[in-house]
Amino acid sequence: MTETSTLKMIARDVSVWYGAKQAIDKVSIDVTTENVTAFIGPSGCGKSTFLRTLNRMNDTIPICRMEGKIELDGDDVYSSGMDVVQLRARVGMVFQKPNPFPKSIYENVAYGPRIHGLAAGKSEMDAIVEKSLRRAGLWDEVKDRLTESGTALSGGQQQRLCIARAIAVSPEVILMDEPCSALDPIATAKIEELIHELRGRYAIVIVTHNMQQAARVSQRTAFFHLGTLVEYGVTSDIFTNPREEKTKDYITGRYG
Amino acid sequence: MNSPTQTRTPTDWKSAEMQRRIKRRYGAETRFKLLGLSAVVLSAGFLAFLLFTMASNGFGGFVRTSIAVPVNLATSTAMIDPATLKAADAQTQLNNAGLDAVMADAATKAYGDTGPSLIAETGWTELRDALIADPALLTKPAIITVPVSSDFATALAGEGEPAQLALAKQIKASGKISSSFDSHFLSASDATDSTQVGIWGAFKGSLLTMFVTIILAFPIGVLSAVYLEEYAPRNRWTDLIEVSINNLAAVPSIIFGLLGLAVFLNVMGMPRSAPLVGGLTLALMTMPVIVIAGRNAIKSVPPSIRDAALGVGASEVQVVFHHVIPLALPGILTGTIIGMARALGETAPLLMIGMRAFIATPPSGISEPASVLPVQIFLWSDEVSQGFVEKTSAAIIVLLIFLLAMNGIAIYLRNRFETRW
Repeated sequence: MTETSTLKMIARDVSVWYGAKQAIDKVSIDVTTENVTAFIGPSGCGKSTFLRTLNRMNDTIPICRMEGKIELDGDDVYSSGMDVVQLRARVGMVFQKPNPFPKSIYENVAYGPRIHGLAAGKSEMDAIVEKSLRRAGLWDEVKDRLTESGTALSGGQQQRLCIARAIAVSPEVILMDEPCSALDPIATAKIEELIHELRGRYAIVIVTHNMQQAARVSQRTAFFHLGTLVEYGVTSDIFTNPREEKTKDYITGRYG
Repeated sequence: MNSPTQTRTPTDWKSAEMQRRIKRRYGAETRFKLLGLSAVVLSAGFLAFLLFTMASNGFGGFVRTSIAVPVNLATSTAMIDPATLKAADAQTQLNNAGLDAVMADAATKAYGDTGPSLIAETGWTELRDALIADPALLTKPAIITVPVSSDFATALAGEGEPAQLALAKQIKASGKISSSFDSHFLSASDATDSTQVGIWGAFKGSLLTMFVTIILAFPIGVLSAVYLEEYAPRNRWTDLIEVSINNLAAVPSIIFGLLGLAVFLNVMGMPRSAPLVGGLTLALMTMPVIVIAGRNAIKSVPPSIRDAALGVGASEVQVVFHHVIPLALPGILTGTIIGMARALGETAPLLMIGMRAFIATPPSGISEPASVLPVQIFLWSDEVSQGFVEKTSAAIIVLLIFLLAMNGIAIYLRNRFETRW
């Protein structure tokens, strides 16, 4: 950990159960604004589940139970005083499959600011939409067809639209759950470039299957295996000089 | 046992056995296609036959046969003060002026002793209306076109006693008979004489009943579906409710009629034969259909859309009302229209709550006695008089057009709200 980092979110001894089955066992992680944090690990290791505990998306699953502590800027995320609607505005999310609303491109981006009342009037909303689409690197491609349906875009554009939608509510943290797994290499490259540009402005946590991607976009990497956090550290260390045998086996492609 | 090193004999794709198998596969496909096509043709044929029969039988119901009768009020027995024709209540005053006798005399003069039986009982109202429109008729002869009686209409159509048939043929040949579109059928209500009946009363009754039904069944059904799908916990109670709703949708409609009779009429003391009670009863019947269709439509909204909305911080109510319901609306509307179409054609439960009464005036509100189209059809089909046969078919045509219009609106709404991914 570099000393200049500002802690955005901390997780301490987080355990998650789906019914009787334990999905995550006592995971502790720090998320900082300056660094992109990548979660890697084989399928079913709990990295996506852990990601979803950070903005309480697991609340929608009735059989899901969580223990431990997660803080956002020192506020307990799971305390009764935390409003989940506000939390999800502060901790935005981008999903594995691009999931734009079947509405116009403009409406897709404007939806979040509208429900949170972030824009007073049409011109302010227009500015938010433009800024968000610019940040997501999509503005030049869609500025002439903002009224067209978001679902008419290509897969990569849809995913960038989803990122613009997340940015539009000015989150502090953006969680990305395998954002490139449904995209072709060119679209993937664009998203990775975008992550680079967004870094520093938002704390970014990305779950990925692709180790090269983790190496390319992140400064911190956490390796999950069977629900436990095996190793967490500076990305270059993890990939060149892992401390744990399991990490080494995984990144050298021995399993996973 | 084959050892891994043993080479497999290559498949001979050209062998007779293989050719036969391929041929058999294509044969099965062709047979299946033909079977499906013949099923479609058969059902289309039945539908065409049904529509053709209805149209050819019902066509006569929309035609009004009239007979020309020369009338001369100047020489008649009726004493009418020209001043009454100017009065506001001229119609009421003329009703007791003996115009029916004038008309009967005129018919006798024109067509012999059987003359009065040729014209409809209410034929004199034509004279009355003509007189009010043109007071000059008091002093000069005129030819009034009067609807024929139902018996004579039957004779004109080629059925009945030989004597009447001959008379009908003779009068027809003289050119005194005319046919026109019967706007009366669309504007009048039930009557005892088949030439005087109309469909408007039953149509309005159906309209009011459907109004009550949809006002109750649609919001309650949709809200139930949303609650059960989005909010209700999964436990034994909700399972029980789900099973009950599925069962309710399959309960024979007459049972709902009995329920309406017992609850709405006997316990709650609501008015008999009223569209209000009919609508309530049909709403009970339609609701389960809407709930089931609504739940299926809500279930089919992809979870990724819910995630997306939750992800930007929408509350659960916002997710439901901004995303789930708009996307489920086409499915909900389809279910609603299926339920409403079933309710529109329903007869049995309405008989139970007294909507089979003879109602000669259109209902002016939902608590007035009324009839509905299917019940009216049922009642007319029960009449012995020949003239009611074509009126029954004509009423069926009106019902079918109502149904088509309703489905048309549903399809329009569905296409409007349909979202393509």
